[in-house]
Amino acid sequence: MGRQLLIDNINQTGIHTLEGYRTYGGYQALEKALRMKPEDIVAEVQKSGLRGRGGAGFPTGMKWSFIAKPPGVPRHLVCNADESEPGTFKDRYLMQRKPHLLIEGMIISSFALGANLSYIYIRGEMMAQFHILQNAIDEAYAAGLLGKNILNSGFDLDLHVHCGAGAYICGEETALIESLEGKRGNPRIKPPFPAVSGVWDRPTVVNNVETIAAVVPVINISGEEYAKIGIGKSTGTKLISACGHINKPGVYEIELGVPVEEFIYSENYCGGIKDGRKLKAVVAGGSSVPILPAELILKTAKGEPRLMSYESLGDGGFATGTMLGSGGFIVMDESTSVVKNLFNFTRFYHHESCGQCSPCREGTGWMEKILRKILDGRGTIADIDLLWDIQGKIEGKTICPLGEAAAWPVAAAIRHFRPEFEEYVKNPQNIKDVKHYYRLNNLQEA
Amino acid sequence: MAKVTIDGHTIEVPTGTTILEAARMIGGPIVPPAMCYYSKLKTTGGYCRTCIVKVSKGSEKDPRPMPKPVASCRTTVMDGMEVQNITSPDLLEARAGVVEFLLLNHPLDCPICDQAGECHLQDLGYENGKSKTRYEFDRREFEPIEIGDKIKLHMKRCIHCFRCVKLAEQLTPERFQGMLNRGDHSEISTYIKHAIDNEFSGNMIDVCPVGALTDKTFRFKSRVWFVNPEDAHRNCSKCAGKARIWLKGEEVLRVTARKDKYGEAIDWICNECRFDKKKTSDWVIEKPTHIDRHSVISMNHYESLKDLKQDVDKQQKQLVNKKVNLGQGALNPNNSI
Ligand SMILES: Cc1cc2nc3c(=O)[nH]c(=O)nc-3n(C[C@H](O)[C@H](O)[C@H](O)COP(=O)(O)O)c2cc1C
Ligand code: SF4
Ligand code: SF4
Ligand code: FES
Repeated sequence: MGRQLLIDNINQTGIHTLEGYRTYGGYQALEKALRMKPEDIVAEVQKSGLRGRGGAGFPTGMKWSFIAKPPGVPRHLVCNADESEPGTFKDRYLMQRKPHLLIEGMIISSFALGANLSYIYIRGEMMAQFHILQNAIDEAYAAGLLGKNILNSGFDLDLHVHCGAGAYICGEETALIESLEGKRGNPRIKPPFPAVSGVWDRPTVVNNVETIAAVVPVINISGEEYAKIGIGKSTGTKLISACGHINKPGVYEIELGVPVEEFIYSENYCGGIKDGRKLKAVVAGGSSVPILPAELILKTAKGEPRLMSYESLGDGGFATGTMLGSGGFIVMDESTSVVKNLFNFTRFYHHESCGQCSPCREGTGWMEKILRKILDGRGTIADIDLLWDIQGKIEGKTICPLGEAAAWPVAAAIRHFRPEFEEYVKNPQNIKDVKHYYRLNNLQEA
Repeated sequence: MAKVTIDGHTIEVPTGTTILEAARMIGGPIVPPAMCYYSKLKTTGGYCRTCIVKVSKGSEKDPRPMPKPVASCRTTVMDGMEVQNITSPDLLEARAGVVEFLLLNHPLDCPICDQAGECHLQDLGYENGKSKTRYEFDRREFEPIEIGDKIKLHMKRCIHCFRCVKLAEQLTPERFQGMLNRGDHSEISTYIKHAIDNEFSGNMIDVCPVGALTDKTFRFKSRVWFVNPEDAHRNCSKCAGKARIWLKGEEVLRVTARKDKYGEAIDWICNECRFDKKKTSDWVIEKPTHIDRHSVISMNHYESLKDLKQDVDKQQKQLVNKKVNLGQGALNPNNSI
């Protein structure tokens, strides 16, 4: 097991309260940070090499340095707690167990960015976590950690938790901003980017829950120490939410660079594949990243061991690699149908498309219909080629990356598992899983 | 000022000009089709993706090509930028994809649609699409909705361009219109069905590129190619009174805004001029209308496009031949453009 900087002490009773959190060293980073100059905090985060944990892996320090600073215009920090990517459930865990870690990170980051009004935008379905956060914020206000003149530093910060209404698209940062402003959660057309014009048209930084939480250890142990953890440009620790056919599903904090093989099979992490079955495939970073077959997830195309890092998972591009993404690690054993799994993902993206731009609005539904047809045993080889063509026509032509998120899984499943699709087409009688068929079509089983 | 080259034509334009506007300044076949952008309305564009172009050189300072096609209506030029539109077979293939998406759920009920003959989607399909659809499933259905007593909304023909929403936002004092639902179920709605009731609401008929919003006073009266458009004016206290009247014999069958060669209204007109002034004596006729680029009512319109079409076909064939056996893993689909 590597170092734990985020979920350390997470099982201690009372750590969700201010008092409990403080017992284990909570809010020490804040005291330290408030004695620093804001620009030095930004520099520290830059030194740490911390990268955005929401999916894209953009260097956080650099993002912060981009924020526009027109005189007299307030700036805002928004925490993206909309976590809804299938397979990803790390932010929820952190907020539920250690809400004060996020709040401490929010105060430090807001101070660094010069924001006096910040928001946590939480997914509508996470009502329990919403209340936990609200209670923690109330505690922090009462203790003088929020509000006016925080810990006599002269810094003021108001922090609100805002509850979404349950749309995946509101995780996209500009849709989130629209929704936060009380409008329909449609992604904005960029430019302008939030760093110039975000919430209420003011310069805004949007960061993932885990990214903001990680600022606390960065300040505690210094950026330089943080950068020593991990491998290459993948510094620090990362939360991985592991699920699927593994013995020990759950949220793990890893030092970036752990071999994938160790992560899947070691007792410290997933504990191997369930019921002794064989590994078939892994979706390594949440449902939108390309699926990889066992041989390519354990080793790169060059035959090197694949590591849990941004670079190693990306090795080989999309032809033979994938992405670390948000850290939603979905493991499938040999009994899994990749075609059905793909149908499930595609149905999700179809359901969640906001409908603003033609390729995603029309293409996602079309792909779902074709996949349903293939699952029904009515597919043709031409349908497989058509799917390939449609995903290529969506990808890169949309307003926001949901288009890509819908296209990539289709491309990867066909790229690596085409024979399985062909089997559905050629021998539907062998494959038809009656239960699944009934469920798909909302029928009662006879 | 910024110098930009589009399909080999170089032009110098003011900083902040979009690629699409620069292309319109050059003119001719290199102008990308635009289904949602409307120069007279703010914040339009970006939705339909028909105007995508390939930026093969970002700028003099940063010559890297842009990784994805960009919406030309929303992307501003940079000095030294090089853009490919009809000279890129890949891009034309991508645009054909967008056209296919726009037509995917379209009912193709042109024979009974009042917009036929002046529909931008017909033009777009002809100029940039393929002759056959690959869609074999049921198309979306919506019941027609009455928007006040003069306008009808056929939602199933809508291409979600948002022009009518922006118009309602920008031209009428209170907005009643918006998008309901999500994804391919989303629909334009007035929330309270009959709520749109103001002097300028009729202009949404003119901005709608398809037959989704139509004039009930003209409904099924005639095919547009059997009526004579004339530019005319009258003294109006509400608008400039500069309109286009559509005559059959002595009868004014309908009144619309005058449109420029990209199909955009030159002046907005009020509902009184549009719906109530249906006598020739109401109007001073100026001259027969010259109809330029769009619509089949302009004679030989598609003839002049033939050359372009043939060239596009040829290039697309080359592209198809070039394609290796897909789906085998070697090809990265994410580098397609
Ligand atoms: C469709 C879509 C959904 C997204 N959902 C989330 C989400 O639930 N949580 C999140 O942190 N980022 C999400 N993102 C990424 C955000 O747009 C944004 O990049 C991220 O919040 C930036 O934070 P980071 O730099 O800390 O990673 C989503 C992006 C897209 C396109
Ligand atoms: S890509 Fe999809 S979700 Fe994103 S703006 Fe377009 S329609 Fe909406
Ligand atoms: S009704 Fe017409 S103008 Fe309005 S969004 Fe649909 S196509 Fe565009
Ligand atoms: S005209 Fe540019 S995206 Fe529609």
